[in-house]
Amino acid sequence: MQKFLTILKVGMKAIARNKMRSALTALGIIIGVACVIAMIGVGQGSQAAIQAQISALGSNFLMIFPGIATQSGARIFTGQSTLTEEDVAAVKAECSAVAYVSPSSRTGAQVVAGNLNWGTQIQGVGVEWPLVRSWNVEKGVFFDESEVRAAAKVCVLGTTVANALLEGQDPVGQTVRIKNFPFRVIGVLEEKGGSVMGQDQDDIVVAPYTTVMRLLKHSTKIDMLMASAVSRGAVDEAQKEIEALLRQRHRLQPGQDSDFMIRSQQEIAATADETSRTLSVLLASAASISLLVGGIGIMTIMLVSVTERTREIGIRMAIGAKGRDILLQFLIEALALSIGGGAIGIALGVGASRFLAWKAHWPIMLSPAAIALAFGFSAAIGIFFGFYPARKASQLDPIEALRYE
Amino acid sequence: MDVIRTEDLVKVYLMGEVEVRALDGVSLSIGAGDFVAVMGPSGSGKSTFMNIVGCLDRPTSGRYFLDGVDVSGLGRDARAEIRNGKVGFVFQSFNLLARTSALENVELPLVYSADAQSSRQREEKARRCLRVVGLSGREDHQPSQLSGGQQQRVAIARALINEPKLILADEPTGNLDTKTSEEVMGVFQSLNDEGKTIVVITHETEIAEYAKRIVVFRDGRVVEDRAVAHRRAAHRPVA
Repeated sequence: MQKFLTILKVGMKAIARNKMRSALTALGIIIGVACVIAMIGVGQGSQAAIQAQISALGSNFLMIFPGIATQSGARIFTGQSTLTEEDVAAVKAECSAVAYVSPSSRTGAQVVAGNLNWGTQIQGVGVEWPLVRSWNVEKGVFFDESEVRAAAKVCVLGTTVANALLEGQDPVGQTVRIKNFPFRVIGVLEEKGGSVMGQDQDDIVVAPYTTVMRLLKHSTKIDMLMASAVSRGAVDEAQKEIEALLRQRHRLQPGQDSDFMIRSQQEIAATADETSRTLSVLLASAASISLLVGGIGIMTIMLVSVTERTREIGIRMAIGAKGRDILLQFLIEALALSIGGGAIGIALGVGASRFLAWKAHWPIMLSPAAIALAFGFSAAIGIFFGFYPARKASQLDPIEALRYE
Repeated sequence: MDVIRTEDLVKVYLMGEVEVRALDGVSLSIGAGDFVAVMGPSGSGKSTFMNIVGCLDRPTSGRYFLDGVDVSGLGRDARAEIRNGKVGFVFQSFNLLARTSALENVELPLVYSADAQSSRQREEKARRCLRVVGLSGREDHQPSQLSGGQQQRVAIARALINEPKLILADEPTGNLDTKTSEEVMGVFQSLNDEGKTIVVITHETEIAEYAKRIVVFRDGRVVEDRAVAHRRAAHRPVA
């Protein structure tokens, strides 16, 4: 132990003696570790953000899109919706695993209030929409069944729209104009924040689907159907029920492709998660390459150092240093460079992550495990790339080494 | 008992295709407390003899007993232990660690000793050895701040620190002027007076005459082995 401490001191001194060289050598590791840390932070952060979004949407959420129809053997998206209001009613009435269902018909429009206007998405939905999306009205009320039946010109605003058009006023009871039709604002939705894809979910106006379809779109087909299963475990069951029901209603033969497509939130989540995981792995491997280059830098410098100090090695051996003492001395030097570089790199990486989170509003998350991993990795690099030069030093012949000029 | 006893030492080097017999059957005994000067022209095998006696190298054949123990077949680590504990080396070019204080240079062999000592014990020993060679007060000087003679005395202090049986000096005065040479030889003489066995390699007769016995090598063989008739006595710079 005493000997180890002394050899440790010898290694530290050698590093301190060549400050510039040591700093530059460590810089490779510093940059590598900082990159790895920052990249892991970005990757983990976006994954966590996606998970949060998904749980906010509700894990028992289902979407039914109209779509693929088979026409003379070619599978194409017809552009013509195959879903109808009757389909919605049927799903509601007959699928026991479905708790709530709402049609959805979307259109983009310029919304005008006084002398302000705002381009946004108008979403026509049914009365169960707040339950399907688990998205409640914060102020005022949501429209009811009678307003849907009557295609009433009422709407509920997302907070972004409310702020853009009616800043400083109570939106409830105000009138806004959509495609020249006056709509009465009866409520404001809770703030929801950005979506998985980074869109502002609060930039929305919700109105009865009947109003949107008849008044704004002049269409009888609905764009999409949203449903929620009675429980998380019932999602698959609900999906099967809806599929069976709609195939029957659309008179599709067995073996024929469905003219609609059901996506559960879980599938969407899995895809999004997979995407961000792939991205994280990509970022981390790019960063690892810089760490590898840093390791090669350490090896180069250690080899130079061994050659340069051949005589010193000879002296130490002549007065009784064993091969393993010399090995330990150079290994400690390499380790100190990589661990020291690693520690600074971690500090720098954490700093960079914080900066990104603050400046670019990226969701950054750094787990202690990631930091420990980066630290362990830099130590491993030190041992791996330091071993060969150290071994070379330890196998020198003392007579030859003493003669070295 | 003999500190050094060699029996028919042979060392063969392969220089390309040619075999060079650097040592060609050397049998020599050096008793405890002896002071031997090894002489001979370059290529005579005296350095090879030194390397083997100092356990830096192994003979091709023959046997070497150091302090009664056969060490001719020992491996690298075992020889390192012998060099550390039983032999003190002094080299022509001093071979001190640059940018390292005299004290730390002297302490160095203790770092590799089998028995662990605290840094305070080590420092205490190193100070004592520097005092023996007359360098008290220079503990914190680095080699570059010391004269050649002083550097060589630091090297001698380093050779002494593990209280070895044998001190081996390879041309210790080769880089020194006459006056400092005398000083350094004086240090060896007083160490010898205290009972250390000393072997000095030199090609200068004057230097050899500080020893008690002269052994001359030629072509890998001992050709002459005689006592010094008129031994020189150095001015003792050491108190």
